[in-house]
Amino acid sequence: MTQPIYSFPGGLHPADHKAESNGRPIQSAPLSPRYLIPLRQHAGLPAEPLVQAGDTVLKGQPIGAPGGRISAAVHAPTSGRVVGIEQHPLAHPSGLDDWCIVIEADGRDEAVAMTAIDWRQAPVWEARAALAEMGLVGLGGAVFPSHVKLESHLNKIETLILNGAECEPWITCDDRLMRERADAVLEGAEIMRRLLGAGELLIGIEDNKPEAVAAMRAACAAAGSDAKVVVVPTRYPSGGAKQLIQLLTGLEVPAGTLSTDIGIQVFNVATAYALQRAMELGEPLISRVVTVTGHVARPGNYEIRLGAPIEELIQLAGGALPGASGYLVGGPLMGFDLDSLHAPVTKGVNCIIVTHPALFPPRPRAMPCTRCGQCAQACPANLQPFEIFLYAKAKNLDKAQAYHLADCIECGCCSYVCPSQIPLVDYYRFAKSEVAARDREKQAAELARDRHEFHLYRLEREKQEKAERLGKKASERLEAGAVAADDPEAARKKALLEAAIERAKQAKAAVAPANTDNLSPERQAEIDAIEAKRKEAGQKETTP
Amino acid sequence: MIGSPFVLLEKNSVRITMFKVMLALIPGTLAHAWFFGPGIFVSLLVCGFFALLFEGLALLMRGCCFRNFIGDGSVLVTAWLFALSVPPLAPWWLYAIGLLFAVIVAKHMYGGLGQNPFNPAMIGYAVLIVSFPNYMTQWPGPVHLVNHVPSLAEAFDLVFAGQGSISVDAYTMASPLDTVKTLLRAGVAKADILANPVFGRLSGTGLEWVAGMYLLGGLALLANRQITWHVPVAFLASVVATAGLLQAFDPTNNMGPLFHLFTASVMLGAFFIATDPVSGCSTPRGKLIFAGLAGFLAIVIRSYGGYPDGVAFAILIMNVAAPFIDAYTQPRVYGHARGGKVGR
Amino acid sequence: MLTAILVMAGIGLLLGVVLGWAEIHFRVAADPLVDKIDKILPQTQCGQCGFAGCRPYAEAIAKHEADINLCPPGGEHGIRQLADLLGVEFKPLGEGLTPKPKSVALIDENTCIGCTLCIQACPVDAIVGASKQMHVIVADVCTGCELCIAPCPVDCIHMEVVHENLGSWKWRYPVFPIQHEDAKAA
Repeated sequence: MTQPIYSFPGGLHPADHKAESNGRPIQSAPLSPRYLIPLRQHAGLPAEPLVQAGDTVLKGQPIGAPGGRISAAVHAPTSGRVVGIEQHPLAHPSGLDDWCIVIEADGRDEAVAMTAIDWRQAPVWEARAALAEMGLVGLGGAVFPSHVKLESHLNKIETLILNGAECEPWITCDDRLMRERADAVLEGAEIMRRLLGAGELLIGIEDNKPEAVAAMRAACAAAGSDAKVVVVPTRYPSGGAKQLIQLLTGLEVPAGTLSTDIGIQVFNVATAYALQRAMELGEPLISRVVTVTGHVARPGNYEIRLGAPIEELIQLAGGALPGASGYLVGGPLMGFDLDSLHAPVTKGVNCIIVTHPALFPPRPRAMPCTRCGQCAQACPANLQPFEIFLYAKAKNLDKAQAYHLADCIECGCCSYVCPSQIPLVDYYRFAKSEVAARDREKQAAELARDRHEFHLYRLEREKQEKAERLGKKASERLEAGAVAADDPEAARKKALLEAAIERAKQAKAAVAPANTDNLSPERQAEIDAIEAKRKEAGQKETTP
Repeated sequence: MIGSPFVLLEKNSVRITMFKVMLALIPGTLAHAWFFGPGIFVSLLVCGFFALLFEGLALLMRGCCFRNFIGDGSVLVTAWLFALSVPPLAPWWLYAIGLLFAVIVAKHMYGGLGQNPFNPAMIGYAVLIVSFPNYMTQWPGPVHLVNHVPSLAEAFDLVFAGQGSISVDAYTMASPLDTVKTLLRAGVAKADILANPVFGRLSGTGLEWVAGMYLLGGLALLANRQITWHVPVAFLASVVATAGLLQAFDPTNNMGPLFHLFTASVMLGAFFIATDPVSGCSTPRGKLIFAGLAGFLAIVIRSYGGYPDGVAFAILIMNVAAPFIDAYTQPRVYGHARGGKVGR
Repeated sequence: MLTAILVMAGIGLLLGVVLGWAEIHFRVAADPLVDKIDKILPQTQCGQCGFAGCRPYAEAIAKHEADINLCPPGGEHGIRQLADLLGVEFKPLGEGLTPKPKSVALIDENTCIGCTLCIQACPVDAIVGASKQMHVIVADVCTGCELCIAPCPVDCIHMEVVHENLGSWKWRYPVFPIQHEDAKAA
């Protein structure tokens, strides 16, 4: 019985540029001398470090524990010594630094004892618990912690979809992974099926990857699995989770809900592969396949340990060719500019494109929006992108939300087809983060108001209680006929307070560095010379 | 900082879109010249000149990106549509006044490209027909029917030097719509009206061919995905339906649907004027309502109004309602209910 | 003539009755104005507006005793919302009031003497501590109002600016040139 394939509206057919990098097998990267493992490389709360400077770690050792329910662990990619936890630039659109655990590799690549549980026999909850510490996240780009996605659900998961579509141009890592390691990918999917208790397993692959389709079909046959490999027409963005669900099942995920609410869960093929290694071999997520392509000497796919600097990855691919104008992380339609080549390869980095003006011409000047509607025709979510754009441009976020800003998947189809060449997606991203920031501020304000009201209530209450207490005391005193002099009591308290303040002042003065007292003449001369230099440099003199 | 996407559709710009629209107007313009003489080329030139002049002036006055906008081709499309809507051999100052209103008032006073609530060419036409009704009825007649067809040189003369050299009656004739209106009001029988040589097989002589060429150009635009099917289909269907209904109720005083369909203004309006994205509706259902009501209004104005042709006014009236229609005809978005299959 | 007048008057009367009944029957219980204004204010309780807190300021606005542009933490966005709500013109932030970057207070634990004066000053009870015990400011709840700095007798509280980090980073409003550079220079 052939699997029906449905459709989604809009979409694009950009030149796919897959042939540049999908011809060669995945190459393994050699070890790097230094690894930077960010604590925040997944959706949710950052991991909390388990190591400190000077610790020795082994390959696969957990070095960061999940920071909350929606969080993931991080592990050492190789054996070595922890240099420290420092701020380093990350591969992120903001270009900001973040905390990274810096490990100097010792070259021995010794691993911790990795024990795998027998997932076929063990109860599901035990398998899930083992998984929670493996640092597994979605490797398709969303980097959402996988053990949370594999938790038990109120609804029965009827359909498990494996996303092998890889719809963005230039990226081929999933393609090569399916071609070369189809059995492991399928086994990972079967583990997911068991953990979720899912009904059917559908593997969606675009039709520009015939070898991957053949490999996955062969793997299904060899494993005797009833998983169905469904070939979908090549159209961007058929690899978007919502779009793939629509293609394979004809259903839409209701707005504001998750796909599990309609009994569907979607995972990327690379996540399935990583899951298989975690469950079969006990190996946590410490490496991934990254496509390096574009204006580079040897475009291809490289399996590299997480935490290696991206510049080493590019060197592995032969280095950028002359004329390279920049680097993109991810694909050309949803990726971002890489600010610093020192940034490490993290769980979310699936592709590095070295750009050249001939391949990626600079964006022409934008014209005003003419409401031509080309963007609405291309939008896979059936939105009216120009309306959202016009309101976001005017910073009228309420109206932008009324036109379904939240349903935009930021695929870039609208901006691709715009005849006025307006960078539409940037406006949506701005509007969305502005809305999120305002929501956070509103929540903080609500909290502050509640606390303030309680503060006022508490003062009132204390006043009343004190009045009652004093009232009782006064009436008792009146009966006893004693009139105590409050003054000595108050004066004693005041004296105590003043003494404490004096002590504190002295303590503050004493906190100044003590090693500048009683200096030898040579030391003093050194210090004077340094102070003189400082003055020259225009800095303020420190008080000795 | 500008982010993704970092690739764009190639050969895609406002200028290229305008160029394609102008290309689609060529067959109709050539047909016009074939049947009515070369005067149309002169008026096209003059309109193009004044349009660019006023656009340049407006951009300089606004102090904004002159070089960016002067070459975008949008004002040339306005000028072309305007030239096709007004009589070809009118004095040059008529075109100037019309384009002044079209370009400076209707377009730049509202903010320029992409901001005009009304169709600029139709505003220009409306201003002229209300202010200079006599000039606006001096349409050149078909070449085989008039005494004298002005050559290119004579056309230049007429446009710039005034109607001194050649008498107006020598080359103009009442347009088919004009003829219909006056004769019907006078109570002439329909069969007699149709016997008038100004009528061809379906509609006005020559003009039915011009309309056919506009239809061809419009279909080319449709095939190239510059416009969607909603506006032309709804407009033409509504014209046919309204004219058909009127003919069914009152055959003696109403020409049939085919007559109205093959007038040049209906075909031009359906494919080139009502499809203007800036002033029209942008949702699929909105386009159907917009164009449908515009077609209905056009026939009503033709039949019961004071002017011989109602397409321009119909479109302008619907321009007023377009944002309202848009707000209430938003398409169903992915994941939201309302007829769509959402969830299990 | 008389019938025309009577008919029009009758219609007017009928419509008036219908409107009056509709207003009573379809009345929607809405927040009083003060609550609506208070919802817009940022609840920093800092007193920069000159009132004792956000609620007194909201009450003053509702009574037309205070202008809408006196709140720096609310910023331009807050003033716009107040202008929309009250149907008045937007005006920029009042003189002498500058929006400060978001900051939280921090107690230097080496210097703190445990006097509880700052605890009494904090309008949202964001300081944890007791007499002669260490005082700590709960950063998540601190609104940055700076009311605790003045009462401290040993001057051990200072404001730390909360810098943007990867978690709180926002995409910027896109700005791209559409003017030719030489035209701009002219």
